[in-house]
Amino acid sequence: MEQIRIHGRGGQGVVTAAELIAIATFYEGKESQAFPNFGVERTGAPIQAYARISKERIVTREQIYEPTVLIIQDATLIDTVDVFFGCTKDTIIIINSSENKWPKLERRFRHLHFTPATEIALRIFGKNIVNTVILGAFAKYTGLVSLESLKRAVKEKFSEKGEVIISKNIQAISEDFANAD
Amino acid sequence: MATKNNKQILEGSRAIALAIKNIAPAVISAYPITPQTHIVEDLAQIKADGQADYEYVRAESEFAAASIVLGASATGSRTYSATSSQGLLLMTEVVYNISGMRLPIVMTTANRAISSPINIWNDHSDVMAIRDAGWIQLFAANHQEAVNAHILAYKLAESLRLPVMVNVDGFILTHSYESVIIPDSKKIKQFLPAYKPLKGTYLDPKNPVTLGAFFTPAYYLETREALHTDLLASLPVIKKEYKKFKNIFFEEFAHAAIHDNNLKKNKRQIIDDGLVEYYGPAKPETILVALGSLNGTILETIKDIQNIGVLKIRVYRPYPTEAINKIITRAKNIAVIDKAINFGQTGPLYSDIKTGLDITKAQKINIRSYVVGLGGRDVTKKMIKLIIKDAPRRNNQVKFIGHD
Repeated sequence: MEQIRIHGRGGQGVVTAAELIAIATFYEGKESQAFPNFGVERTGAPIQAYARISKERIVTREQIYEPTVLIIQDATLIDTVDVFFGCTKDTIIIINSSENKWPKLERRFRHLHFTPATEIALRIFGKNIVNTVILGAFAKYTGLVSLESLKRAVKEKFSEKGEVIISKNIQAISEDFANAD
Repeated sequence: MATKNNKQILEGSRAIALAIKNIAPAVISAYPITPQTHIVEDLAQIKADGQADYEYVRAESEFAAASIVLGASATGSRTYSATSSQGLLLMTEVVYNISGMRLPIVMTTANRAISSPINIWNDHSDVMAIRDAGWIQLFAANHQEAVNAHILAYKLAESLRLPVMVNVDGFILTHSYESVIIPDSKKIKQFLPAYKPLKGTYLDPKNPVTLGAFFTPAYYLETREALHTDLLASLPVIKKEYKKFKNIFFEEFAHAAIHDNNLKKNKRQIIDDGLVEYYGPAKPETILVALGSLNGTILETIKDIQNIGVLKIRVYRPYPTEAINKIITRAKNIAVIDKAINFGQTGPLYSDIKTGLDITKAQKINIRSYVVGLGGRDVTKKMIKLIIKDAPRRNNQVKFIGHD
């Protein structure tokens, strides 16, 4: 079972990102689950969301303490919250940052990736909303879901938000996907 | 959203709202409260989009919402409401009126802690505050069970003339995504026909009746006794309807059920009569008993642990004494895991389990009371393992699990 934990801040769409992962992987015939860990309801508060992917029915409801994938949407959390709890050397770590400002992390994790999601978001949306963007890097680095399924999930999930928002999100994910090596 | 066979991936609240839409109540009234909100927002949106015919009556409080569905139901309409926490507490007076008037109202409670201190997260304190109100109480452990329970709830309510509450864990079920099958209205009709109230049971100008009238000491006791007797008499009906449900909603039933393709190899069995569901060995050392979504995490925990069984209570009121006793008397130890505390006593389910067993057996079996998950404290596999380890020790006092 793959266990994905996402760290971000209230208002950044942390929960939506987990939901999109669950929806996209469901399209590929897998069982999936997504749920939030809401803190206090205010913008900017640290928030976690979780997704699980499995071949079999997922029954557990506990939060994710031993992630196989960790996504950090807001890198300012690294110095303020213990975002890496329960991660092992093998956990795939994806951080929204244009560069590695934390050289020590390279010794701790074998699969450490940085992706310029904020840059892409500012360019495409004019806002620092990175929740969908970073899913491009997620797809590339983990291989857990295809870019096509993510696009389909965005179309479904954002169907009421209109064509413009859908195509911008798809563009953003695709750019982040292409950018990841 | 996205079909694979008939499966979709949906938020729990959305799944419940779509099930209610297909059940087709005539009147919905609710007042939004976290974490019930998404259910009633979706139902309002469905109505606004012209996809449903029900009247959606906005209310100024939960007391009003409950009163509105009471009134609508009293005129012979199928109704729906949903609430949580303080909302349910504010409804309490009406909740008792509804059962007293024998109105077949179905209501979802997205279970949440109660104040004070204020807390919006999940536990079972809200439903336990009204468990004695004379409603049938169903609990769901996953999205599919929630959908199935609502369909069953209407059938029970309308055939038994008793209100039914469907309990779903707030956030854990209401705000999570997983795969689920929503049966369409045609299929639902095969099991749940259009509601036709019996003549003389509802407010009808052609057949005037009085509901909820003044009863003097000469009559009141009998009405309470009758409600109690009728609730108990609903147990075999629930079992029967559950069987019928399984036959019609084969796929929906299978998707909700416990999946174990190697029962024999794993030396485990599944017993499910619609009132309770047992998964575990024939002669377990310890059985864990729980309500709602907690059963999922318990299942995951005991996967690799021998000699442990799990008993999920589907129907909490009326209390299915016989069904529960048949299972728990197989074990040496029973760990009852409550998500509520009956202050000054024990976990509420624990008290029920003890009361249900006759005294000679209750003394032989070691029954323990554990309280977990209050106010949204995450219930982890580690905590369940700790309970399994602790359960053989005899102790009559309630134990709170989950401190760091």
